[in-house]
Amino acid sequence: MNNGIHPLANLLAAVARGISGIQVQWAGCQPSQKQRIYFANHTSHLDFIVLWSALPSEIRAKTRPIAAKDYWEETAVRRYLSERVFKAVLVERSVLGKPKSPDHSKFASRSLIEHLTDALGHENSLILFPEGTRGTGEKVGTFRSGLYHLAHRFPQVELVPAYLENLNRILPKGEVMPVPMLSLLTFGKPIRLEPNEDRDAFLERAREAVSSLRRIGSA
Amino acid sequence: MFEAFHDQKMMILFGSAILFLLVLRAIATFLKSRSDSDSSRATVENLNSRLRAWWKMCFVFILCLLFGRITPLVIFGVISFMAMREYMTLVPTHRSDHLTLFWSFFVIMPLQYFLLGMQWIPFFVVVLPFFVFTFIPTSIAIEGDTSHFLERVAKIQFGIMVSAYCLSHLPALLFLRVPDLHGHNARLLLYLVLVDQLSDVLQFVWGKLIGKRKIAWRVSPDKTWEGFVGGVLSATAIGAALWWVTPFTPLQSAAISFAICILGFAGGLVMNAIKRDIGIKDFGVVIEGDVGILDRIDSFCFAAPIFFHIVRFYFSN
Repeated sequence: MNNGIHPLANLLAAVARGISGIQVQWAGCQPSQKQRIYFANHTSHLDFIVLWSALPSEIRAKTRPIAAKDYWEETAVRRYLSERVFKAVLVERSVLGKPKSPDHSKFASRSLIEHLTDALGHENSLILFPEGTRGTGEKVGTFRSGLYHLAHRFPQVELVPAYLENLNRILPKGEVMPVPMLSLLTFGKPIRLEPNEDRDAFLERAREAVSSLRRIGSA
Repeated sequence: MFEAFHDQKMMILFGSAILFLLVLRAIATFLKSRSDSDSSRATVENLNSRLRAWWKMCFVFILCLLFGRITPLVIFGVISFMAMREYMTLVPTHRSDHLTLFWSFFVIMPLQYFLLGMQWIPFFVVVLPFFVFTFIPTSIAIEGDTSHFLERVAKIQFGIMVSAYCLSHLPALLFLRVPDLHGHNARLLLYLVLVDQLSDVLQFVWGKLIGKRKIAWRVSPDKTWEGFVGGVLSATAIGAALWWVTPFTPLQSAAISFAICILGFAGGLVMNAIKRDIGIKDFGVVIEGDVGILDRIDSFCFAAPIFFHIVRFYFSN
């Protein structure tokens, strides 16, 4: 635990890299120690670990995923992986907000903001899948409002879009066995919340920032 | 562990091949400094990319010679895996084929190398085609999704046949019992690779020099009749001149080299047609700035099995 990474996390990251044959491209920015929120499309259980393993190890040690509490607390194994191995920030999906729901103000509840402020600290980064659930990979789904609130609350943190390609074919939702095809990961240019930009416009722009990074086209 | 290196004839040929590569490298460096147009730069880059692949082939060949019979199996198993990975990544497979693909990678392909490792040659040559023909459609049918059924079956079958079945005939040459070779089977592998690759590059060179009439220009814009005839004839001549490392007579060697050249051409053409169909130039598009492993070994797909069968039927016991 010299740099704070659980040994199992490093092992799983190596396995995920092997299975996914991931090719990483920093197209819009370079790896950096700056505080960042990486947000990406979500199609597979491998998404987080592949994205995380693509970061240089000193950055990886300070980067935590935001994950759905209901799913990751369901079984002992998932709880162990999320809490101990990857030090995930577990949040209620409902709190992260449905795209159009009026109750997004709940997100601003003090305890959650404190929770996320703690998680970010002074030097940590986060990984977020704003679609909130795994899609089929054909297109990037509508973003939930959590990203907007994070952008609003932490304006100093860089928001880095990322596109994970082909992982939906390697380990799609509902499958247990991986098919070791090759995959691509592209980091885009950081975006920020513009003054007076409203929530839906920002979320759509963020979604566009992710989907524009697709390289091969629909599989 | 170094028996293979005591084979003098093989070492002479392999040494000459390495020398030849060094000379080519010098030529490529010289041409690079002299090239001033885009087309000449592209030609030099084509040569350099072939050179990189040939150094890798030399490396693989040396590894195969080193540690007995298990290494070639492992190495070619890995190459098959990588080739299949590239193929399945770029050929659009269907969501419902997930499990079938899983079996293809982790059971069917290893099975082929297992049969080879056990030296059950009669099984090695028939089990996989039969298995692929019956198992893949059955597995897809069990999955229950019948949309584009035949198309999906064919895509997967072709991928397995090319990357697992056809390629495994390269290491299989090391397992044949050929009385005239006294166990120096590495010569067969070297002979096949030399003739096949020379045919490929000589077709390119002849095509550049005197090529006019296109063959199948929609599939391979670079391939011309002049290049094809010139390349095949000159590679056949070189193959014939290499009879002394083989169990063949010079005439047999010419005929066998001719077969290797023709099938090498066919393999390259078919793989190009697949790439056109998918809409990519190289299978390596997923590997930034390089051609993929399938692009480099496409000419072995058909040539390796035919060479294997010729040697097995006429020269082994």
